[in-house]
Amino acid sequence: MSDTLYLITLFPLVGFLVNGLLGRWISERQSGLIASLAVLGSLLVSAQLLLGLLARPAEDRLFVQLLFAWIPVGDLNIDVMYRFDPLTAVMTLVITGVGLLIHIYSLGYMRGDPGIRRYYAFLNLFTFMMLNLVLADNLVLLFMGWEGVGLCSYLLIGFWFADEAKARAGLKAFIVNRIGDAGFIIAMVLLFHQFGTLSMSEMAGKAEGALVGPNFFTIVTLLLLVGAIGKSAQIPLFVWLPDAMAGPTPVSALIHAATMVTAGVYLIVRNSLLFSLAPTTMATVAAIGVLTAFLAATIAMTQTDIKKVLAYSTISQLGYMFMAVGVGAFSAGIFHLMTHAFFKALLFLGAGSVIHGLDGEQELGKMGGLKHRMPGTHWTMLIGVLAISGIPGLSGFFSKDEILWGAFIWHDGVNWIWLLGIMTAGLTAFYMFRLYFLVFHGPARWPGDTQPHESPSVMTIPLTLLAYLAILGGYVGIPEALGGINRFHHFLAPVVISYHTAIAAAPNTRPLELLLMAVSTVVSLGGVYYAYRIYRVQPALAEQLARRLRPLYGLSRNRYYVDEFYQAVVVRPFQKLSGLCWNWFDVRAIDGLVNASARSIARLSGVVRQLQSGLIQHYASLILLGVIFIMLYITMG
Amino acid sequence: MVVPLHHIIAISGLLFTIGVVGVLFRRSAIIVFMSVEIMLNAVNLAFVAFSRYHGSVDGQVFVFFIMTLAAAEVAVGLAIIIALYRNLRTADLSEIHELKH
Repeated sequence: MSDTLYLITLFPLVGFLVNGLLGRWISERQSGLIASLAVLGSLLVSAQLLLGLLARPAEDRLFVQLLFAWIPVGDLNIDVMYRFDPLTAVMTLVITGVGLLIHIYSLGYMRGDPGIRRYYAFLNLFTFMMLNLVLADNLVLLFMGWEGVGLCSYLLIGFWFADEAKARAGLKAFIVNRIGDAGFIIAMVLLFHQFGTLSMSEMAGKAEGALVGPNFFTIVTLLLLVGAIGKSAQIPLFVWLPDAMAGPTPVSALIHAATMVTAGVYLIVRNSLLFSLAPTTMATVAAIGVLTAFLAATIAMTQTDIKKVLAYSTISQLGYMFMAVGVGAFSAGIFHLMTHAFFKALLFLGAGSVIHGLDGEQELGKMGGLKHRMPGTHWTMLIGVLAISGIPGLSGFFSKDEILWGAFIWHDGVNWIWLLGIMTAGLTAFYMFRLYFLVFHGPARWPGDTQPHESPSVMTIPLTLLAYLAILGGYVGIPEALGGINRFHHFLAPVVISYHTAIAAAPNTRPLELLLMAVSTVVSLGGVYYAYRIYRVQPALAEQLARRLRPLYGLSRNRYYVDEFYQAVVVRPFQKLSGLCWNWFDVRAIDGLVNASARSIARLSGVVRQLQSGLIQHYASLILLGVIFIMLYITMG
Repeated sequence: MVVPLHHIIAISGLLFTIGVVGVLFRRSAIIVFMSVEIMLNAVNLAFVAFSRYHGSVDGQVFVFFIMTLAAAEVAVGLAIIIALYRNLRTADLSEIHELKH
């Protein structure tokens, strides 16, 4: 069974090579079909492997395939080895499942774009790299996937590179990610130094009870966290994700919502053993997560670009996942990762459909009243909005409540993380319904000459499928309190460390858990109600509120001036320093040194070249002199 | 009467020096060429003398090699001089400095 593992990554690689190298000989349609079939192949293999896993007893659920030795250098042995365990299964199915739907959707969304073969090549390359990331047993292979998805992210954000702002957005994403990667690399070096291996399965065996300094795990995990923060757009490195919306909308859905940005969460969960040995880091993760969740949600409330709202919403939801893993609810974090992939991909693709229908308009202020013009998009998006708001019965409710429950029992009761988390839940419901009402209800605010139209079925069918997933995706993890058995949690249990097994198993928590669910549902419904009041019933109220809360509104509207802050504190001084290095050090010192040595050589040559007269007899006399010298040397010496 | 070795060495040295001076200071390519031949034959003379002195034939074998080589060298050298003369209308070495350019 495990010898088919390589097929998962082989299909997208072939798709990438065909589209990338043979693109000019295939038609636009064939290009999309090849790319989609490649992902479908991976999906089918992953599904078959998942069934194989489920057929085994819980403690024996692992497939391993060693492909080849990659870097054997002295003590450093890095193998390309894939491992397929429950965590990988969830990730590969999300990547290939959601990825397939997005590939199909792109057939409609990207139709007629001259770069479509390049687009599909990058998309397949991304899938290949992301699958490597989650299948890797070795941190170095994981890092290759990590950098590979970063590269594809850069390439796809700047897909329309003729627009300089978009090319710059790609650069920004790449550079900000590099800051995080530096932490990741240092962590890898420290781990290798300590354990002599970078294979995560071997490391797990050595980590517990290892004789290390008291702060070793804290330092290593904090460095890993820096990497995760960069990739998953958490405070303080979240600034690249909103700009990443410059890419095509399906790319935003796949890379910047459903899969790549969750790699940071995956990294932490994959190394949950290391993290659980470092309580300081865990607290940091939780704090960063909940702060990001809350602040991003407050920013999302006032953005007027539909994709920016969704971008900040993504940051906020990623913060939720960080919060989950930070409080030790690893499986809840992955659960939310999965449900979020479904409903956020749905929301992005729905937004793409709206943008498509309005000929590229992204401003909420120029939408409105689209409910009847785009019924399919309307209904599917409504489901997505309900799911992310945590309305009971949809997937978001289950995962969000599991996280909040984890946060609640983290400190045995009401604590600030839980409070901020639940406030974020209310804000989420508010800004998502704000978006919903502004897009689909109210008076039409689009210019008279645009004719909004429903998207072709190649786009609406993926939307419908994702809507089903957004509803049903949560039912794999019904908590015990609601009479379920939380299959998802037990499925992941062999792979992740669980902090709270003792508390979660206590019998008398059920009423408390139900009460908390009721509280969070009420908070969410409150958010929905206020959005309805402000944006549906009394549209004038929004402006009044904005005027009355001017300072707060300005802060949120301008994203807390974080970009401006970085511009002033990091970017400009750096540019000044670069200018100094260039104008002074490079031009004067380096160039001066090079030119001076060139000039002195030229001068020396001017002297030496006198010897070359071209007259044979000069040369002959020099030979004679040489011979005399040699003879003198031999006879004297 | 046997001519003593050092006499022959002296003549050989004298011939060689004449050759060297001819190569270094004469301007006609032909004369220079002849001087080279004189140098070769000075060496030949020394070889033969030593061969006789030591009573072994090694030196004489060398002489044959050198004579063969000299014959070949003459063929090539004269061809070069003729080619030079055809191209430059002179065989004066002080006017030939093609190596410089």
